[in-house]
Amino acid sequence: MTVESTAARGKPRRPAAKRTAGKRQQPEPGPKPEMVQLLTPEGERVEHPDYALETTPEQLRELYRDMVLTRRFDAEATALQRQGELGLWPSLLGQEAAQIGSGRALRETDYVFPTYREHGVAWCRGVDPTKLLGMFRGVNHGGWDPASNNFHLYTIVIGSQALHATGYAMGVVKDGADVAVVAYFGDGASSQGDVAEAFTFAAVYNAPVVFFCQNNQWAISEPTERQTRVPLYQRAQGYGFPGVRVDGNDVLAVLAVTRAAAEHARTGQGPMLVEAFTYRMGAHTTSDDPTRYRRKEELEVWEAKDPLLRLRRLMERENAADDAFFTDLDAESDALARRVREAIRTMPDPDGMAMFEHTYADGHTLVDEERAQYGAYVASFADHHEGD
Amino acid sequence: MAAEKMALAKALNSSLRKALETDPKVLVMGEDVGRLGGVFRITDGLQKDFGEDRVIDTPLAESGIIGTAIGLALRGYRPVTEIQFDGFVFPAYDQIVTQLAKMHARSLGTVKLPVVIRIPYGGGIGAVEHHSESPEALFAHVAGLKIVTPADPADAYWMLQQAIQCDDPVIFFEPKARYWDKGEVDPAGIPGPLHAAKVVRAGGDLTLAAYGPTVKTALAAAAAAAEEDGTSIEVIDLRSVSPIDFDTLQRSVEKTGRLVVAHEAPVFFGSGAEVAARITERCFYHLQAPVLRVGGFHAPYPPARLEEEYLPGLDRVLDCVDRALAY
Repeated sequence: MTVESTAARGKPRRPAAKRTAGKRQQPEPGPKPEMVQLLTPEGERVEHPDYALETTPEQLRELYRDMVLTRRFDAEATALQRQGELGLWPSLLGQEAAQIGSGRALRETDYVFPTYREHGVAWCRGVDPTKLLGMFRGVNHGGWDPASNNFHLYTIVIGSQALHATGYAMGVVKDGADVAVVAYFGDGASSQGDVAEAFTFAAVYNAPVVFFCQNNQWAISEPTERQTRVPLYQRAQGYGFPGVRVDGNDVLAVLAVTRAAAEHARTGQGPMLVEAFTYRMGAHTTSDDPTRYRRKEELEVWEAKDPLLRLRRLMERENAADDAFFTDLDAESDALARRVREAIRTMPDPDGMAMFEHTYADGHTLVDEERAQYGAYVASFADHHEGD
Repeated sequence: MAAEKMALAKALNSSLRKALETDPKVLVMGEDVGRLGGVFRITDGLQKDFGEDRVIDTPLAESGIIGTAIGLALRGYRPVTEIQFDGFVFPAYDQIVTQLAKMHARSLGTVKLPVVIRIPYGGGIGAVEHHSESPEALFAHVAGLKIVTPADPADAYWMLQQAIQCDDPVIFFEPKARYWDKGEVDPAGIPGPLHAAKVVRAGGDLTLAAYGPTVKTALAAAAAAAEEDGTSIEVIDLRSVSPIDFDTLQRSVEKTGRLVVAHEAPVFFGSGAEVAARITERCFYHLQAPVLRVGGFHAPYPPARLEEEYLPGLDRVLDCVDRALAY
């Protein structure tokens, strides 16, 4: 993978299968952008000269299990939002391969900076799924210690974490460590100045960052045409590092490409941009109504490219799993969903005074004063009741 | 290093040098801080002595500077960043407000971000637009940030040491008009608390609170008032804008019964407004006059030929003092 090879990938053109609301745009003529694919939607293995991948049946089963459990967890969270247990849920439906493929390409010592939709990556990093729910239930702003799993807190402001990842990676260089840092972001974030600045900093300091862009085609209601005139992976060329587009619904290709990008980073070759070309099958969040801006036909096109379905087809084709595997996995999925339901229904509300905690590490007299005043106010009701 | 008379700029330089020597995790980063030594030469010679790895010339992108400093802090470093001028901090405002200030709370205390943001601020140097502003109140409104500003070389030296050692993000506003003022710095001394206000001139008739570049003006006003009318003004250098040391202010105002707050920033929603509200609440029965404020106007910082009109100079401060005494 060289910088030059990025330049050679296709003419600037719009990615396929997107329309602006109310105004159909004809796809431009010309060859499709090159996209790394190792597994077709029909479940056939194909080879790519730059990204070889050997897989055992066991690895296929593990990847499939990860994706099934992630999808089940995600569906459960969506249901819990509908039942009023969560205030909001950003579903990852359709992006399982992009997240599991990239997440499983990493080592324990690598470090991940997610957006707020990286539930599959969190799963790969070993973050308990129930911990992801706290912020969407409203009991905290992120309920896990980033250092425990080298998985940073979800970042809601779009693109901010790309700079944190880059700074972290600059520190990795100073430490002489063998670590890849992954910055997840989306097609919408590619328009943010912070992402552009992260590209600049990572390039000039040769920082070991994998910029992993899940192009899911939609930034809430805005299609990728509203963010870019060139395929996103080509942006890397202008910054002087390689960029590659991978079929984001192909877990094997994502695994192979992310492995290569992480190794590129760990071996001192600097940053790399991976554009996982995928699709957000659900709404932006549970508060969104995608029927207002996109057509059913588009969804059907992507349903045919489903990441789980194609891996299952491959497994069946290669006899990589028996019936018992799938039956057991169904049971495991249901058990996970049950555990998530129980966890959310028993999740305690934070103590009323908790908002004063952790504002500062070394304390602040104003916080102390307000905590004392509010504490006294709350206590005054207790006194009143006792007095009754 | 023995006690020595030095300019405030040199005190900052010595303090950064000390921090780089003491803690291998301390980094200095910003635009032109390396080979040039910064546009005000505050980082002069540091890259030569500590290397490009620790004194880092960054790309010209303020959000990038703060955003990567956050990442470096997450990796265990203690970045001391420089924003070249007050008016250039705004591209980084998002990273400061939404990320830097909140990450400790968001992580329930598991993530500490010991990032220092040095910002030369204030006017009086005849500069072009965006080079003379005092945006401290825009940051003081944000929980999670600490804001300090030294007024003399000794405080510049020690407060920067303490800011770097602090586990919270600290915005360190440097009074650029006072960079070349000299004072005694004793690196072997023992500093007071970072966020404590300091009585820099004792008096009994009125309390005059100021910070950063305005402390010098306040002292001059107190001297003039003593000489002209025999008025005894107690001058308090606040030193810290978040938190503010209201206890020291309260003690003084309970004694004098009058308070004037002076700062270069616009008075509207400025730190003087917060001081007025809190001190009125704490000292209501001691006050013989409303707390008055003198400072910048609700107008963009004017062209340099007008800045003496805009800034709270000696005459405007004394006028405000007279109004407070007239009640």
